[in-house]
Amino acid sequence: MDVGLLSQYIMNGLMLGMMYTLVAVGFTLFFGVLDIIKFSHGDVLTVGAFTGLATYIGLRSVGVSSTPLLLLAVLVVAILAMAALGMLIARYLVLPLRSAPALNTLLITLMLGTVLREMVRLFYPQGANPKPFPALLPTDSINLGQFNLRLDNAIMLATGVAIIVGLRLLLNRTKLGLAIRAVAQDEETARTMGINFTAIVLITFAIGSALAAIGGVMNGLYYNEINFGMGLLLGVIGFSAAIIGGLGSIYGAILGGFLFAALQTIGAVALPFASAYKDVFAFTVVIALMAWRPTGLIQEKISERV
Amino acid sequence: MSGSERMPEVKQEPQAPLLPGVVAVALSTAYLIALLAVEKQPLVIGLLAFGIVAVLAAHYMDWLDPVSRSFAEREGMLSAYAILAACVVAAFFHDNHFVLLLFVTVLLYAVATLGLNIEFGYAGVLNFAGASFFGIGAYTSAVLNTYTAVPHLLVLLIGGTLAALIGSLLLLPVLRTRGHYAALVTIAFALLLKTFLEVNDVLGGPQGMQVKGMSILGWSFNDNFEIGKIEMSFYLNYFVISMLLLCGTFVLVRRLERSWIGLNLDAIRLDETAASCFGLDIARWKITAFVLGNFVIGLAGALFGMVGGFVAPNNYTFADSLIMVSILLLGGIGNPWGVVVATFIVVVLPEKLQTIQEYRFLLYALIVIVVLLFRPEGLLPRPVRRYFPGGRA
Repeated sequence: MDVGLLSQYIMNGLMLGMMYTLVAVGFTLFFGVLDIIKFSHGDVLTVGAFTGLATYIGLRSVGVSSTPLLLLAVLVVAILAMAALGMLIARYLVLPLRSAPALNTLLITLMLGTVLREMVRLFYPQGANPKPFPALLPTDSINLGQFNLRLDNAIMLATGVAIIVGLRLLLNRTKLGLAIRAVAQDEETARTMGINFTAIVLITFAIGSALAAIGGVMNGLYYNEINFGMGLLLGVIGFSAAIIGGLGSIYGAILGGFLFAALQTIGAVALPFASAYKDVFAFTVVIALMAWRPTGLIQEKISERV
Repeated sequence: MSGSERMPEVKQEPQAPLLPGVVAVALSTAYLIALLAVEKQPLVIGLLAFGIVAVLAAHYMDWLDPVSRSFAEREGMLSAYAILAACVVAAFFHDNHFVLLLFVTVLLYAVATLGLNIEFGYAGVLNFAGASFFGIGAYTSAVLNTYTAVPHLLVLLIGGTLAALIGSLLLLPVLRTRGHYAALVTIAFALLLKTFLEVNDVLGGPQGMQVKGMSILGWSFNDNFEIGKIEMSFYLNYFVISMLLLCGTFVLVRRLERSWIGLNLDAIRLDETAASCFGLDIARWKITAFVLGNFVIGLAGALFGMVGGFVAPNNYTFADSLIMVSILLLGGIGNPWGVVVATFIVVVLPEKLQTIQEYRFLLYALIVIVVLLFRPEGLLPRPVRRYFPGGRA
């Protein structure tokens, strides 16, 4: 295999890994503050992508044609809308079930995911068909020897890295981050220290869902196509990534996200059988990893949670 | 003499009367026949509204209490009546292919969900890949009926065994994990299996495969037959065998629940730590429940493949697994009667109300959310364990 093709695959894997990481980080955040898994996360991503698309179509129809402005509007609307959706979900579906068995939260968010998915399919105009997503980033490419670096991919990758670093700073360097970490560590102590538990939970859900919105728009920009079912697979992959890495740890989510992308890429490239089996391969490895390391690669310090 | 006077008399409450249960079964049967017979949409909607109002009214008039008591205490007798009722419905529609197919679908889904109930409801082992194991059964009968001459009853058993075997590949991760993590394992498996079926050319790829109908000892299940002068739909054959399967499974689940095995499973679900402190082997019972549950699901799937005559990956998706879970939750986790009632609601409703056919996944998901928020124990909550059949709890 020549170097150009190899680096193309690596770039492809990195892009996938970045999207998975954005989803996985959301799972980790929610798990951190509430010890719950929000299975509708992937579908929030879908709704985010569709919100972005609708914004684009709406703005185009009123005559806005400047690409940077459109991109900005798409991102801002998608992020704000999903942050609001995330808060609504937390307030009305997740928090009321705090005292119920964990299974109920899991089921209610699973079913909510189905509701979101089906709503997009049924109520978005022709939502059952894949939708073309506009190319809002410059698509020029830089030739580095045999390797073709597309500018839009580079921008997305850089944005993704910036977001993760920003999140890390937010969690580690700000008062809000301190509050989130305090709630994650011990809810009751955090309350006695005067932290508004409900507010922190809502904010965390807003942040996580906003990340999903970014992931959704990024997915649309990368594939130039979105469909109503994309969130299910991305959600499961993001969740697998978060778990492989170790729930509750941001680094674990990043590790898991890129690991899963690497598995898929290896499955597509290096395995002797058809590349159609890449997902089969990736999920087989996930199940095997769960059997080997049930708490993930980066283990929690207190592992009562498994 | 005086001693016996001072002894507090053990008050033997009379056994609950049979009548309320029988009346309930008879009324439901009549209602079901009416619902299945009407075709015009306004009539269907009217009947459904009537049904909901009637049940609510009965609830507020406290008429449901005696019914549930008589079901709890005279279960054996009333089960016989319920079987009779099912046969009456089938006999009423003896020449109607569509209704009988629907009825058989309900029965087999009920069997599969009963299997899921063993895992989910008793042992607390999460399984979000119910439809996948159902699909394994169906594909088994597709392959075996096409390429081999294995007797078809044996094919059913092989379908169940294969589902249990493939399921046991998941045992290690499922046993080592709990809660969310175990859920992930089964969800990953559901997606994996569907993708696998889609890309595998031997199994027909996305188009799926035809399945030959069942035949036992030369009696072909896919031919119409006559009793006397009356023409019978061939689905009546499948009705009989599905009904047998459902009865068998129901008895099995009921016995299991009442036995010490069921007690162990309950203990493990409610508190694993406490159960293992009392010397219960957690892994052993979880394995038992998972393997047995998947066997039952696969068995139902194998028969369903032959009934439908066709298998395709799109029929066994994660969404279908969620429907099975919805049935379980709607009926009331752990209550086999609830499973049967809920299966009727979930399977029959979209078929009769064509307007909601398209919206069914959305509708069920919403219903489950509402159930979880407001009545988490389901429509027919599981009653308190009874140690002595017919006795007081």
